[in-house]
Amino acid sequence: MKNGAVHNKEQFLNQIAKSLGRERRTTPVARPQWKHQPQWNVLKNATEDELLDVLGTQCDRIHTRVETTTCLELNNMLTTVIEHFDAKSIVSWDDPRFKEYGINDYYENAGRAGVDVHIWDPSIGEKNIIISERADVGITFADITLAESGTVVLFSDNGKGRSVSLLPTNYIAIIPKSTIVPRMTQATHYIHKMEQENGNVPSCINFISGPSNSADIEMNLVVGVHGPITATYIVVTDR
Amino acid sequence: MPMKIGDVEFFGRVDKGLRNSFMRNAVVSAQERLKGAKLNAAEELGDWEEWRNLSEEIRQHTLENLDYYLEELTENVCKQGGHVFFAQTAEEANEYITRVSKEKKAKKIIKSKSMVTEEISMNDALEALGCEVIESDLGEYILQLDDHDPPSHIVAPALHKNKEQIRETFSEKKGYKKTSKPEELALFAREQLRADFLSADIGITGCNFAVAESGAISLVTNEGNARLSTSLPKTQITVMGMERIVPTWEELDILVSMLCRSAVGQKLTSYITGLIGPKDKGDVDGPEEFHLVILDNGRSNILGTEFQSALHCIRCAACINVCPIYRHIGGHSYGSIYPGPIGAVLSPLLGGYEDYKELPYASSLCAACTEACPVKIPLHDLLVKHRRNIVEEHGKGTFGEKLAMRGFSLAASSPKIFSMGSKSAPTVMSPFIKDGKVKKGPGPIKPWTDIRDFPEPSKQSFREWFKKRDKGGDQ
Repeated sequence: MKNGAVHNKEQFLNQIAKSLGRERRTTPVARPQWKHQPQWNVLKNATEDELLDVLGTQCDRIHTRVETTTCLELNNMLTTVIEHFDAKSIVSWDDPRFKEYGINDYYENAGRAGVDVHIWDPSIGEKNIIISERADVGITFADITLAESGTVVLFSDNGKGRSVSLLPTNYIAIIPKSTIVPRMTQATHYIHKMEQENGNVPSCINFISGPSNSADIEMNLVVGVHGPITATYIVVTDR
Repeated sequence: MPMKIGDVEFFGRVDKGLRNSFMRNAVVSAQERLKGAKLNAAEELGDWEEWRNLSEEIRQHTLENLDYYLEELTENVCKQGGHVFFAQTAEEANEYITRVSKEKKAKKIIKSKSMVTEEISMNDALEALGCEVIESDLGEYILQLDDHDPPSHIVAPALHKNKEQIRETFSEKKGYKKTSKPEELALFAREQLRADFLSADIGITGCNFAVAESGAISLVTNEGNARLSTSLPKTQITVMGMERIVPTWEELDILVSMLCRSAVGQKLTSYITGLIGPKDKGDVDGPEEFHLVILDNGRSNILGTEFQSALHCIRCAACINVCPIYRHIGGHSYGSIYPGPIGAVLSPLLGGYEDYKELPYASSLCAACTEACPVKIPLHDLLVKHRRNIVEEHGKGTFGEKLAMRGFSLAASSPKIFSMGSKSAPTVMSPFIKDGKVKKGPGPIKPWTDIRDFPEPSKQSFREWFKKRDKGGDQ
């Protein structure tokens, strides 16, 4: 990729160094070992089941429905959840896990039953966005899941469009139980390692905790503003 | 809108604030709610003080090495194909942003909430170019429709408006026909803005924290508008104050956790979005072009001074939510887009003592702000430093204050005059007393009695009482 342009850097950074009363820092600055590190103590020795409980409790507080199921029962669970939305259209990531978990079968059945199912397809470009905007339901996997805050972490990729978790009215995240970690600390540590090892990270990383909301009108909480109006997490317990 | 709001002088603004009873009630209930939510969130975490210590340590280290981390950030943004513009002043920033908009032949620009773009009056510059600039944060959208009413809180900008006023604004400006129920109002804004998101040429955002190691910017929101602003338009411009940066993703964790808890008592807001340059090759959504504008605008003058820690601020508004002065006078009284204790510290630094000399005095120095600050900025100490500067270096003590101090030093230097003063108080005040209360006081106590009663001066002075009292007991 062609490097971007930089304007006025030297003068600007020289001014900062001058204000700080020293020469410009030209050799790498070592990040200190922080004296206090309370973040690693949160849910430190929690088991997978305990983390799942914490996730469930937190999701109650953030207006997010949580269902648990097994890989075998996953499609039935999807049917139940999506029936509830009376969905005419679904948009989904193109991610190998959908096939691995057998969700493609669900999509085929839904398609035969008259639901418009669209799998994100980079070859048709912006049409994906138009379809997502009109879709009743958007479905993605969680790449990492944070118990403490009830958060799914999504890494963008060619098949993993940003719009799928954003534009449809209802959002569903499939959460393999093994992706659940205590909190944001473990996720950012993972991303930090990814940066160090690969020299880059995906162009968009989203930490999503429930449906969009706002308290801008008289401090009344309104659930569902610009993003999805509902959020549902389906935890697959044997993955 | 520039940092400075309006031309009314300080006491005029305060007067208006004190008389606005809806606003005052709204502020009180918002403060209670946000303060309570924050305390719960802090308590839940258990070792809040450790988190504060860590946050302070991170901010100190980053600011001490700011030139290094900004350089690292720049390299990494460029490596991804993004452009970086360093702007010394608001004018330079606006000049660059309008240049990009012109090149893109932009007609419609969608914005997510950003204090720094308010600080530089970016909207005015773009509108002068003929662009339509649309605020997408619900609170900002309401204010923009209402003829650019200024924000009164950095997290909840439309705090001073009630839902009936909002309904009227929507109906007058956008033909809204439904009720003043917040759900219906929000749904209407969603529908209106969806069309704008899809057709905007440029998306403009602020930046909560940049991550130097990846050349990333992060956005912390609940509504999803920042995600829309950065997923749909082909060009993204992000404007950041130069101090809003962390070394790595690991420090982002800490500061975002503190920001969400301190601002609204949430563990994390609905959306924390990390964006790294333009979209990857083969991606469909996300910008094709990314511009990062890094702004100084007076900040480097704060570095290396006794006020450096003011730059540690993460804009959570926790200090605002506990401030007894803000509670009474509201956000607009500060005459700056940065209100409350942090505003009283920051506005004179960025905008000068000439415009903001009263703000450091708009504090009872109770230190609730300092205690609330998640990154441990000693706010009330900084206010005292401002006061000292104003008096010592700029000779700008207020006339009333000087007179009062001179009067007191005269009176206190002579027991006779002092006793005469305290004895005469009941007589002097007697015409103003009604039902044992001073209801319409003269001179210096007028501002007080305009809004509340003042107790009648005691008929007996302390010294008299002391002389007359029996030994070892009540009189």
